[in-house]
Amino acid sequence: MVNVDLIALLAIQVLYAIASLALISVGLAIIFGMMRVINLAHGEFLMLGGYAAIVATSQGISIWIAMLVVAPIVVGIIGVIVELTIIRFLYGRMVDTMLATWGLSLFLVGLTTAIFGNTTVGISAPLGSFQIGAYRTSGYTLFVIAVAVVVMAGIFAVLRWTRLGLIARGTMQNANMAAALGVNPPRVYAVTFGIGAALSGLAGAVLAPVSGVFPTIGVAYVAKSFITVIGGGAAILSGTVSASALFGTINQIATFATTPVFGEVALLATAIVLIRLLPQGITGRFFRRGL
Amino acid sequence: MNARTLNFIGLGLVGIIGVAFLVLTPRLAELDTVLEFTVYMIMAILALSLALIWGYGGILCFGQSAFFGLGAYSYAIAMFNTGESTIPLLLAIALPAAFAALLGYFMFYGRISDVYLGVITLTVTLILFNSVNSTAGPEFHIGVARLGGFNGIPGIPPLNFPGNKAAVIDLEGMFYLATAALLATYFGLRLLLASRFGRIIVGIRENERRAELLGYDPRAYKLVTFTIGGALAGFAGCLFANWGNFVSPTIFGLAQSAQIIIWVIVGGRGTLIGPIVGCIGIQWLNTALGANQPSGSDLWTKLLANAPLILGIILVAFVLLVPKGLVPTLGDWGQLLLRSRTRRMAAGLKPKQAEEG
Repeated sequence: MVNVDLIALLAIQVLYAIASLALISVGLAIIFGMMRVINLAHGEFLMLGGYAAIVATSQGISIWIAMLVVAPIVVGIIGVIVELTIIRFLYGRMVDTMLATWGLSLFLVGLTTAIFGNTTVGISAPLGSFQIGAYRTSGYTLFVIAVAVVVMAGIFAVLRWTRLGLIARGTMQNANMAAALGVNPPRVYAVTFGIGAALSGLAGAVLAPVSGVFPTIGVAYVAKSFITVIGGGAAILSGTVSASALFGTINQIATFATTPVFGEVALLATAIVLIRLLPQGITGRFFRRGL
Repeated sequence: MNARTLNFIGLGLVGIIGVAFLVLTPRLAELDTVLEFTVYMIMAILALSLALIWGYGGILCFGQSAFFGLGAYSYAIAMFNTGESTIPLLLAIALPAAFAALLGYFMFYGRISDVYLGVITLTVTLILFNSVNSTAGPEFHIGVARLGGFNGIPGIPPLNFPGNKAAVIDLEGMFYLATAALLATYFGLRLLLASRFGRIIVGIRENERRAELLGYDPRAYKLVTFTIGGALAGFAGCLFANWGNFVSPTIFGLAQSAQIIIWVIVGGRGTLIGPIVGCIGIQWLNTALGANQPSGSDLWTKLLANAPLILGIILVAFVLLVPKGLVPTLGDWGQLLLRSRTRRMAAGLKPKQAEEG
């Protein structure tokens, strides 16, 4: 007999896995897609977002404002500073950017360990739980899914319908041509890096109540988000969404069937096979005209 | 003095210093210093494995610690099961090599660009770390050896002379073994790089398309280079498991991977002596930083005794300011000095000749 409640619960879990993958990857996808910069400090941007939200909450700011406003702004500013002091000098040297951002990642881990200590701090998730038949699940899960949908829709709208999006897409396609038409690519890059960092901060803050925050939490995120971005390919939005859908589903089903650790292993193993089959990522073959 | 004689002088110097170090250290230094030097030697072999595949092969591998850890774990597990170290030692080399070959097949025959390569190797390391870390329960065992999960495997029996279980290698013996292994690795790699094979892999690093048009298959050459690097790292892992009689999953960790990259970038890509120097320097720095653990809770001591923080700064600084690494940069300066001296001498000669003429 088919258990409808269980299927509904599993569907929510799968959607949640997809949403959280998309959330943690989209900041990286923007930075990588627009600037061809591999930012290995991405996980630490997420971690900083989590800390920003927690510190803001402990200062008495409402948790919603702390997560949705404070964290993106703080991490966005940090992103711009990083772009101006490190990334700027390394454009076109992909491997060197990777190394430098890895150094940055170690530095940030060291710094947060010194400041906050090597312990997990948590904030309790707002929103209670609700009932699906015989099962209970957290309302926060639905909130994370909603945030992911809003963020994706927002990115689509900005890229598709605003002047900023037009400039960004133009610079992405041909930086020299954009410069000839009066755009200032270094400024576009700085803004892009800031926006990518801000979105990472948002993701880190939104996921903080689920996972807690500790200095080395970035490691848990970074591999997954990289795999999602690379599996997705060149198109920022359709790539992130399609790869998150694929990997999130596999991850959640494997987790459901076995253990969370094995779910993660299944995700990463699928990704390696996928990259062998589609070296250009999913959008290198499908949805080519997507954003 | 041309490049060839310089090369031979360099080789001779390394040999003399190496042998002197090997013979003199246990006689002059305390046992704990010898013990510390032993781990430097082991790590230097690990550094050489990445120096080969990244510095000469142009393959950016962020997961060299995966092979290192695999070697250590293979040795430990096989050692508990057999009790005699010949087969475990061979396994500790063969298994990482086989794993490198498999992974390399996916990457090189998939024609993944070097940046993606870095990400994939990083991911594989994380998979290994996560999987081994979660094997703490008693149900995870291979033969009689329990994997131990995040607790690691303690009390690994040391190496013995091949075929003789009783002739266990002691701490001082370990130093001789590690140092001799490092020297053998260094000269072996020099030989390999001077051979036809070595020329071809450097050619591929310089221009893959051109090498391919000349009839070489870059995929196969990269695969072989990567496999040799994996085997070397596994060997180093085996020695490391011996040195501390202990392995834990942190050996697969990102911090370990980062260190290996930092050794090579600080010492210099495209040299062999550079990564050895970088490795020993950074390891020494690490020990020194770890030695004065913060007694107070004051922020400055916390920052100074913080290895990731310092390593991170070193990595960023080197990428931005000394991208070639120490040894090649010093070499450049040396050449510049030499050239300016020759020029000055030439300039000094000219007026004289004019007078005579």
